[in-house]
Amino acid sequence: MGGTGSTPRLDLTGVTKRFGDSVAVADVSLALAAGEFFCLLGPSGCGKSTLLRLVAGFEAPNLGVIRVDGQDMAGLPPHRRPVNIMFQSYALFPHKDVAGNIAYGLPDLGRADRTGRVRDLLARVRLENFENRRIETLSGGQRQRVALARALAREPGVLLLDEPLGALDRGLREETQGELRALQRRLGITFVMVTHDPGEAMALADRIGVMDRGRLVQVGDAATLYERPATRFVASLLGDVNLIPGRVAGRDGDWAVVQTGFGPLRARAPGTMPGEGEAATLAIRPERVGLGAGTGPAGTVTEVTFLGERIRRRIRMEDGTLLRASMPAVAQAPDPHGVGAAIRLDLDPEACRLLPA
Amino acid sequence: MSHFGRITLGLGLAFLYGPILVLVAFSFNASALVTVWGGFSTRWYGVLFADGALLAAALVSLRVALAAAALATLFGTLAALALDRGGRFPGRSAFAGLLYVPMVMPEVITGLALLLLFVGTGLERGLVTLVVAHATLGLGFIAVIVGARLKGLDHTLEEAAADLGAGPLRVFATVTLPLIAPAVAAGFLLAFTLSLDDLVIASFAAGPGATTLPMRLYSQVRLGVNPEINAASTLLVGGVTLIVLGASWLSACGGIRSDVGTG
Repeated sequence: MGGTGSTPRLDLTGVTKRFGDSVAVADVSLALAAGEFFCLLGPSGCGKSTLLRLVAGFEAPNLGVIRVDGQDMAGLPPHRRPVNIMFQSYALFPHKDVAGNIAYGLPDLGRADRTGRVRDLLARVRLENFENRRIETLSGGQRQRVALARALAREPGVLLLDEPLGALDRGLREETQGELRALQRRLGITFVMVTHDPGEAMALADRIGVMDRGRLVQVGDAATLYERPATRFVASLLGDVNLIPGRVAGRDGDWAVVQTGFGPLRARAPGTMPGEGEAATLAIRPERVGLGAGTGPAGTVTEVTFLGERIRRRIRMEDGTLLRASMPAVAQAPDPHGVGAAIRLDLDPEACRLLPA
Repeated sequence: MSHFGRITLGLGLAFLYGPILVLVAFSFNASALVTVWGGFSTRWYGVLFADGALLAAALVSLRVALAAAALATLFGTLAALALDRGGRFPGRSAFAGLLYVPMVMPEVITGLALLLLFVGTGLERGLVTLVVAHATLGLGFIAVIVGARLKGLDHTLEEAAADLGAGPLRVFATVTLPLIAPAVAAGFLLAFTLSLDDLVIASFAAGPGATTLPMRLYSQVRLGVNPEINAASTLLVGGVTLIVLGASWLSACGGIRSDVGTG
């Protein structure tokens, strides 16, 4: 996916943006290939929207270089950049009708070409015959489509989308996700989408970049981020996770032994941090916590929640640490691991990851 | 609404509009005596429309009001844009404060100051000086009205236009201006009525050749009130009321349309 050999479609190098004393975007470097669907994921205020505005040209970085197809964007005003943005508020012009909005970016086309182009774009977002509708008569979902069509009208190399599904209700959101993905595939345009919803990012993106307090902390596909998070922040952002505090008791290549409150555990430990003797966190997803009768750490089931397809258990370890275990629901009566049952944990070292404290 | 509320509202409205209603009623008085009711008649409107001097003064007033309102609208809108979009240029807050001064300054003082300016610069007093003086009067109001509209304008609309390839001029002409147009029009109408109503500043700034309607009415009143004055005043009040209603209607429908961004 890195576009080896060819120039990246969008290339950020050491991009930093400060507002007064606060750093909104800190030293972000990123290269996106043509046709890639990239999601910037993070909580509100993490700088992801500012990063989009830097690429669109509404803000200028304090440091760093932004290139599109190798061309430096520095000093180029928004209207000269080969990128388009779709705003979270859609920013549709209230004084123009649907066709007027979509054709706004096509002033140089003749009347006939423009009419045809608007019709094509409306067909793409499944809004045939909406040309003459006023914006205030459209539903939220229809406005979202008009905004998308307008942003696509100039056939940008990169389309920036700021929470494009944020204003839609849940059902419509999931439906629109699929359409957005299909549209992006068909057009081959590089999408950079900002979202705070991990599920949305995982469903849509080829690669996800997680942002935390202005920094791009990890970039990878959904499976990588989920299975091999680099920090506690990434681990807990993408789904439920048990974060067990401890200290590194020993290291051996890509493996480490972590001394936790309820005994030593083996864990995957890529890299060198944290080193031996240092405080660390051991992360394991609840679905990777097995319950057995072997020789693993001992605990007691304190709560059982039936969630339909899954059963979630809360387990209190001997030192008081609470862990969550989740497994497929299997009809089994009586439940061998009901509330109060003494169990042994079966923790696969491959599923345990060593993270900085 | 409670009884108390109804009564106070009635008293308030009577206090504000009672005198005007008396004036309007007496403009339809058949008698030549202002204070004695002699039956309904429209004869004074006939007299009014035969009074060449009065009609000439009305024409002067309309021309001055149009020109002054246009001038005030242009500069008032530019001032509002500078305050809203100019960033933090040096003297910004002083500029913002000074815009309000003509609104609160006693008109006698504004008039006197303008008179001294015109005499000092050797500008001959006439229509031009009158237009300049009235434009000064209206400029601050327009800056405030348009400024409020600009402040409420969703800035991302202009960003979206720029993103779609429009340079600053095209953004202004196709997005900013259409969206603030109701406020600009309302400001224009307000400046128009301010000019039409003004007597004090006009007395200072107008030369012998440029007599406005209020000046003409005032000078006639000094010779004695007659029902013709009532008729002229009634028409003036009616016209100004219509314009003010138009201005507030423009502001209101503009307010609704500004919220159409998101779902």
